[in-house]
Amino acid sequence: MNRYKLRTGISRALLLVFACVMGAFFALPLLWLLTAPFSTQANLSVTFPEQPSLANFEAVFANKFAIRALFQNNLIIGGGVMILVASIATLASYGLSRARVPGRNVLVYILILFSSVVSGTAAMVPLFLLIFNLGLIDTYQGVILVMTGGLLPSAIFIMRDFVDSIPRSYEEAALVAGASSYRMFRDVAFPLVRPGVMVVAIWAFVNAWGAFLIPSVLLRSPEHMPASIAFYSFYTEAGTPNITLVSAYAFLYTIPVLLLYLIVNWRFGFRFFGGIKS
Amino acid sequence: MSQITLDNVVKRFGSVVAVDHVSLTIAEGEFVALLGPSGCGKTTTLRLIAGLEIADEGRITIGDRDVTYLAPAARDVAMVFQDYALYPHMTILDNIGYPLKVRGVSTPERTARVTEVARELQIGDLLARRPSQLSGGQQQRASVARAVVHQAVAFLFDEPLSNLDAQLRLEARAFLKHLQNELGATSVYVTHDQAEAMALADRIVVMRLGKIMQVGAPLEVYRNPANTFVASFIGSPPMNLLSGKVLLGQGQFVLDDGETVIDMGQVYQRLERPPQDGQAITLGIRPEHITIHTEPRPFAIPGALYVVQPMGGETLVNVRVGSKLVTVRLFQDEPPALPEKVWLEPALEWSFVYGADGARLQ
Repeated sequence: MNRYKLRTGISRALLLVFACVMGAFFALPLLWLLTAPFSTQANLSVTFPEQPSLANFEAVFANKFAIRALFQNNLIIGGGVMILVASIATLASYGLSRARVPGRNVLVYILILFSSVVSGTAAMVPLFLLIFNLGLIDTYQGVILVMTGGLLPSAIFIMRDFVDSIPRSYEEAALVAGASSYRMFRDVAFPLVRPGVMVVAIWAFVNAWGAFLIPSVLLRSPEHMPASIAFYSFYTEAGTPNITLVSAYAFLYTIPVLLLYLIVNWRFGFRFFGGIKS
Repeated sequence: MSQITLDNVVKRFGSVVAVDHVSLTIAEGEFVALLGPSGCGKTTTLRLIAGLEIADEGRITIGDRDVTYLAPAARDVAMVFQDYALYPHMTILDNIGYPLKVRGVSTPERTARVTEVARELQIGDLLARRPSQLSGGQQQRASVARAVVHQAVAFLFDEPLSNLDAQLRLEARAFLKHLQNELGATSVYVTHDQAEAMALADRIVVMRLGKIMQVGAPLEVYRNPANTFVASFIGSPPMNLLSGKVLLGQGQFVLDDGETVIDMGQVYQRLERPPQDGQAITLGIRPEHITIHTEPRPFAIPGALYVVQPMGGETLVNVRVGSKLVTVRLFQDEPPALPEKVWLEPALEWSFVYGADGARLQ
């Protein structure tokens, strides 16, 4: 066996060990999320319960405040943000990709720059004042609008790249075939960019689903709070979390996002079409 | 079917003039090819007719309608794209039927019409498939079917064969010509392939840098190229162009190398605009209009044999004349045995003389 083979063999083995350690590092918390909710005496270590039980979920479902937060408020806020971001980003990115607007690239990069430099946290006070003056404090609309505004620049940026990658001749063929601009967009352009719309929609939903800061600042009444805040209802008066209930609630918290991803992937797929010969 | 007129049409992209005062009339039922190298404005001209670009100056009419500022949908033309542009999310049936669908044709009628057209174009059994499941040639036919499925006033072709391989291209070319003969439709066909333009078109429009260089029937453009650009662009292998200086007194033509002298007395006498003494001119001779001699002759150009290329049905001989390579085309399959030194005799009636600006002097 020559030295070269030995050396590559060793480096491959080291790489494998490193990959396993990194994988375990990220997989363990997820594993915990699968075991802890079913254990009556969960702690922060991953142990498979000897007698799996659903008692934690019974307790969580008894907490009406937390359940409404998860299955009503979160869905309203997440769904609203998803629909607004996906539809506005689609139309905006389509326009920015197709229309000959002078300086459109500069415009898009400035949008991106602003959204990343001026983060939601830094802009929280002016945002609060804005929403306050609009009379939207403690409303879903206020939260949805602020989060939509925060996500849109990145969404437009992602979508524009996607729209740019679709050859214009599809749309031109539809126009010459006799379709109006609206008809062409509905019949040809939108179906082609739909995989991109789905990516942006899910991304927006996940972001809104996990948001904590904006709802905590803009919402007041408990019946409007999303799940990220409702986690505190599983803390004791002294501020220590009830691990078993928190893990059960966290388990429920992840399900809608997973379901959404699976449904979209099954129904629309994140595939790419062929059909243009280059 | 309608006549198409372009009247002094100009299209600019920033500081680039893509189409520069183009005027052209395409008669009803005529098949016109726009021919030129890439960037010559031929595709832009086609897109102006389609309405995918709007002219900066000039007027475009189709039939008796001024369509200069009309949207593509209102022009009622059909177009075949270079990349076919078959909608990937629709079946071939829906693709071909799309122009009918947007015109509100009912589903049963649409299906019947599409099936009929598809059968004529021999893609009748592919209607349920998606474009990605078709071969290049089938996709090309499907895109042609989509164009002919409704009664458009004119057909526009944007290099429809350039994505096919050589074998398929010849087949598709014959198929397009046959289709054109049957439909008798007004057609504008953009191509950079002079053979395609020659084979298909009733008239060829040769373009360069946004301007029309020559318009004429294929054989007319081939036999009487108006300038050195057309001369070098039409014909394969292209016309031999030798530049040099006129020595009028001796009736001679001295090539740029200053050594090779050609006796030109007869040619000079034939010219409508005789060249001045010392004027720089270009002599153009097609490869098929040269006879090779092994002995010196009057009016023959001395040269050194470079290579002989047997092509099957014909033979190409390259001869070095001064610093230039001259191609001679012999219609014989047996390559001739030639000595090192040869004399090339151009057929004088097929020799073209161009001035320094490239325009013809005859």
